[in-house]
Amino acid sequence: MTAAVAPTSATAEPLLRLEDVDKHFGPVQALYHVNLDIPSGQVTALVGDNGAGKTVLTKTVSGIYQPDAGQVFWEGHPVHVRNARDASRLGIETVYQDLALADNLDIVQNMFLGRERVRGILLDEDNMERAAAETLASLRVTTVRSIRQPVASLSGGQRQSVAVAKAVMWNSKLVIMDEPTAALGVVQTRQVLDLIKRLRDRGLAVMVISHNLNDVFEVADRIAVMYLGRLVVQQDATKFDRQSVVEYMTTGGSSRSGGRAKES
Amino acid sequence: MAEPKRADPAAAVDLTAAPEVAEKEVPPALIAQSLGEYVRAWSSRIRSGESGVLPVIAAMVAILVVFTIWSPNHVFLSPVNLVNLFQQSAVVMVLAMGEGFALVLGEIDLSVGFVGACGAAITVQLVQPVTTRWPWWAAIIAGLAFCAVFGAIQGTLITRLRLPSFIVTLGGYLIANGLFLIILNFGPFSGFPLLAGSDANLQAIYNIMAGNIDPTLSWILAAVVVVGLGGFMWWADHRRRTSGLVAPPPSLTYIKIGVIAAVAVVVVAICNTNRASIGVLAGVPFVIPIVLVVLAAWTILLERTRYGRYVYAIGGNPEAARRAGINLPIVRTVAFMLCSVTAGIAMLLYASLLGGMSNNVQGGQYVLYAVAAAVIGGTSLMGGRGKALHGILGGLVIGGINNGMNLQGLRFEYQYIVTGLVLLAAVTIDALSRRGSSSGSVTRV
Repeated sequence: MTAAVAPTSATAEPLLRLEDVDKHFGPVQALYHVNLDIPSGQVTALVGDNGAGKTVLTKTVSGIYQPDAGQVFWEGHPVHVRNARDASRLGIETVYQDLALADNLDIVQNMFLGRERVRGILLDEDNMERAAAETLASLRVTTVRSIRQPVASLSGGQRQSVAVAKAVMWNSKLVIMDEPTAALGVVQTRQVLDLIKRLRDRGLAVMVISHNLNDVFEVADRIAVMYLGRLVVQQDATKFDRQSVVEYMTTGGSSRSGGRAKES
Repeated sequence: MAEPKRADPAAAVDLTAAPEVAEKEVPPALIAQSLGEYVRAWSSRIRSGESGVLPVIAAMVAILVVFTIWSPNHVFLSPVNLVNLFQQSAVVMVLAMGEGFALVLGEIDLSVGFVGACGAAITVQLVQPVTTRWPWWAAIIAGLAFCAVFGAIQGTLITRLRLPSFIVTLGGYLIANGLFLIILNFGPFSGFPLLAGSDANLQAIYNIMAGNIDPTLSWILAAVVVVGLGGFMWWADHRRRTSGLVAPPPSLTYIKIGVIAAVAVVVVAICNTNRASIGVLAGVPFVIPIVLVVLAAWTILLERTRYGRYVYAIGGNPEAARRAGINLPIVRTVAFMLCSVTAGIAMLLYASLLGGMSNNVQGGQYVLYAVAAAVIGGTSLMGGRGKALHGILGGLVIGGINNGMNLQGLRFEYQYIVTGLVLLAAVTIDALSRRGSSSGSVTRV
């Protein structure tokens, strides 16, 4: 499958750009001069060993942490994302690893949680149900049974799909996914990866955090590697091979000539 | 929204229920297109432990049959006893509807009995013609306002200081118990302010339980309620069907409307029978519409408003609710407030039933009955699941057991034991159905 949108040329402004972002927790430097570009219409995979700073970086983008230094640009303009609500307003939605779905609520109720449509003071259930069904259909998440079934009745891949659909409902431009395929079976992983490609084909920017290099090479257009709080390299996925990614992840550099890293 | 390219149809995600949960988790009304399908889906759900209100309905039928056969001259089924039973159960029903707010959040409120009793005692004191002479409505508002403040303080401690609700409301229970005794001792009533007397304000509160709606008016009101509710149900389904959404089969809606109409006819017919041995005592007691209004208000609040949706979301997954931008402390605090206010209404019914307030109020026991009634009715102790209706159903079961055993001349000790056994059965059913539905769910935060 090829990307519908051509990879952004080096001169075009990426959707999200981090410049020299620092973040520390007391004496611990979690992010050190991180420069990262997230272009639209591409899947950017963020990889790194445990403790490399992937999660901190994600939470900084989605407004849960504020950077201590550096600048965040959204569509070329400097922005301060102070909380998750600010992030949503810009069009940044995050799908966390635990998905944050309420088991006792149904699919529609989960997708609209916190942003329910009302008529007067009463919920407009029919309106929400139609909108949810439209979004699910556009992502080709079909509803053979019903979108009124409780989320407890769904499998892991289906839950992931619902969580993604929830994220793209709100005209989001950047969807961040934290380990979307962890804990999924083969078929369900397939479904989720296809879903990620569909998001990209719709022109969204997708940032995927993953440990699974199979998935990364399958789905990513660009790969960014973190090592001990630094973003050591980011470039087109085609310029990497598995070996070099592992090397960047474990040593922060590459002995191979194939990919000259854009050092940060 | 533009239809994306259909490049790879096999990759589409199908939201059929996961194979391991099969049919049991999916409410039958969502998938059935005909009544036959509905019955089949429903029975498979029951077999797999997801039984809904069926156990409590079965328990009510069992109570009815056993006590009717057993009671002397079958008086259990007599109109006078059935109306009594409802009046006695009303306190537990309303208390259980209040407790439901705490239970759906996954919390508990142990203070409801005495907090409600404080509110009722304030009301009874304020209407006394020899002391404060407040009009009945102002006295009721004052009593409920006390409950609201008490509930809000408890809720604030629980949510802002993150203290466990069990401990906070246990403290609240003792404090309210003390306050209750202090309130009773005001005025020249030796701790027993009564509702006896010809004063209009005393009568107004006394008649909540003792007063009846005129039989003809009872029929008219019942017809209005049935037509209104039935019309709304039919209209809601019709609108869903015409706008292309899946709706339950029409025959199911007609059956539901039929059941509601039948219940209304039976209740009004029973109440309109002359229940007095001398003179005439007939008509629907005021307490029935009062309980129904509380039921309707809390059902709409929980199931049709944003606030109710947030209560369920917090009960199901507080972390998901927090990330969705829901203000958890406010939703929780308001829930504890509503819980206490509802308790105030319940204990006002109690004061009306007793014709006054005294230090004999079994506040602690009423809390246990309220929790038991909600759970027997189908509310989960683990949070996230429960309806106002559950309090009504569970309250009828507990009231039925107590009433039947009273008729039998069995003393309190046996009533406690039987009620306890029914509660254990209800909790077991809740736990078993939870276990059945635990597959495929994420760990609760």
